[in-house]
Amino acid sequence: VTDTILQLVQGFGVALTPVNLMWCFIGVFVGTAVGVLPGIGPALSIALLLPLTYKVDATAAFILFSGIYYGTMYGGSTTSILLNTPGESATIVTAMEGNQMAKRGRAGAALATAAIGSFVAGTIGTIGITFLAEPVVNLALRFGPAEYFSLMMLAFVTVSAVLGSSAVRGLTSLAFGIFLGLIGIDLQTGQPRFWFGITELSDGINVIVVAVGLFAVGETLYLAARRKSAEPAAVIEVKDSIWMSREDWSRSWKPWLRGSALGFPIGAMPAGGSEIPTFLSYFIEKRLSPKPEEFGKGAIEGVAGPEAANNASAAGVLVPMLALGLPTSATAAIMLSAFQSYGITPGPLLLQQQPALVWGLIASLYIGNVMLLVLNLPLIALWVKMLKIPEPLLYGGILMFATIGTYGISQSYVDLVLLYLIGFAGFLMRRFDFPTAPVIIGMILGPLAEQNFRQAMTISQGDMSVLFTRPLSATLLALAILALVGPQIWRAMVRR
Amino acid sequence: MTGEPNRSAIAWQDTLVGLGVLALAAIVAWQTTVIPENAIYARVGPKVFPWLAATMLAVMGAMLTIEGLRGGWEHEESEGTDWHSLGWLLLGLLLNVALISVIGFIAAGTILFVCTARAFASARPLRDAAIGLALGVVAYVGFDRVLGYKIGSGLIERLL
Repeated sequence: VTDTILQLVQGFGVALTPVNLMWCFIGVFVGTAVGVLPGIGPALSIALLLPLTYKVDATAAFILFSGIYYGTMYGGSTTSILLNTPGESATIVTAMEGNQMAKRGRAGAALATAAIGSFVAGTIGTIGITFLAEPVVNLALRFGPAEYFSLMMLAFVTVSAVLGSSAVRGLTSLAFGIFLGLIGIDLQTGQPRFWFGITELSDGINVIVVAVGLFAVGETLYLAARRKSAEPAAVIEVKDSIWMSREDWSRSWKPWLRGSALGFPIGAMPAGGSEIPTFLSYFIEKRLSPKPEEFGKGAIEGVAGPEAANNASAAGVLVPMLALGLPTSATAAIMLSAFQSYGITPGPLLLQQQPALVWGLIASLYIGNVMLLVLNLPLIALWVKMLKIPEPLLYGGILMFATIGTYGISQSYVDLVLLYLIGFAGFLMRRFDFPTAPVIIGMILGPLAEQNFRQAMTISQGDMSVLFTRPLSATLLALAILALVGPQIWRAMVRR
Repeated sequence: MTGEPNRSAIAWQDTLVGLGVLALAAIVAWQTTVIPENAIYARVGPKVFPWLAATMLAVMGAMLTIEGLRGGWEHEESEGTDWHSLGWLLLGLLLNVALISVIGFIAAGTILFVCTARAFASARPLRDAAIGLALGVVAYVGFDRVLGYKIGSGLIERLL
């Protein structure tokens, strides 16, 4: 433990240099601003802002990223409270309860409890990362390729089949992502795969093109197509002061802590998903509240708890990402690919090889969280202005930046056509209720799973049974199979 | 089989989605067969994972098709589709693909911006064009001149 604290202190030494403080500030500021814009979530923000980071060194780039990551979470809650937009599933609960509070003239209190709760949860989550990283790394060092492969299978099943409304549609998205990830030259054998005679495709598809296509182009098409049926959302004015009464405080602090306690461990599991902790937190708070009748009409506990759970799970996701190299959300998958483009492989060895980078990143998460708290509440008027950007200009701007962020950077006509084709696929997926995150995760994790499978087979000289005879690997695979067929069997039994 | 008694009619759109996934599986399988295999020795060849992806897509496509034939699943229905908005947006994207290498990012981006704004019910194309142009110039200068990405030239880029 003392060792951890010592390294964290060194991390602060890295993060507190004026240049890195500036990157952290730019990250949280841009992150909040982009996160406030309706229709732009953390995954798209990071994908669009990736080109900015290629011009700076790795440590600065990841400090910038982590600022953006936490910033978009704060910005997103402002949007769901003031403008009830059903977008990201993790903020649905906040939108439900927080928007009701805002409608009854309590927008200020809702924003305050969300921001302070995010700060509390973000800090607890970051403390969790600090002390969990080392043990997870020590565990991971015992992992061989077989265990990694099995762990990835478990993550595949949970992100696509368990979370979300349908296992079949989730697995379809995952398979599509795996296919996209296979495009290009196979690094081990040098053979081109799925290049369809197009030279540009032999280098593989950039994950930015896929992420921006799905989340920017696809989402814009989806929103345009449902304009007729959707009722126009109106931004609610903040009329009360942005602070909380004594009663608000006493009703908020326990939900913050309970939400953090739920969110962080669930986020840190190799299963991922921020929906489960936010919904769990909502139902627990409803049970424990002295005023359960207020739920659904704007109960402050229903904002405080789920917001904390959401932020703590976002912090938790960074544990498997940094310590195992296992991304369990679309945002983490895009961050992983950014690491790769710097020639850095997240995983147990990263902590030993690049301690300054990892601990600098963790330290800047603490700093970014403080900045966000200070930045968010006083600047609320600015964020409300961003919310009021008229739809036509907002989506025009999103598509323009989507174009320059992909075609502009690579100067590849193929990328532009791909961007729009994947955007159209994303539109169909949204319409027919297919989840989009498994596409990104499959695309990034698929090649890693193949690599580990090959290494495992090389070690075992082609004997598949190692996957089932090594106890850790067998356990992980058993969990994956249980997660895949368990719910189906359960349903069949209940029906009887 | 008991099935779902409340839904019986075939959901054509959902069935088509299932068939589309099956078609994708067929393309993936066909392209897998043309991957050359024998160049470098590898215990797990370059075709193993592609076959896995093809199989997964085929199984899922079949299940989706069956689900469609049995009445489909819950999702947004097509009656509410705003074809007018969707049309403007698709027009903007098509024009952008067709024109960007001819007239450059800023001019093509401005056209895309105006079409998108139109899709979201803007009635002021001139204002949209002005804002789109300004945004395009800012983005171009930022990426090309400040960050040093080579965005390429075009009608308006030449004047800057």
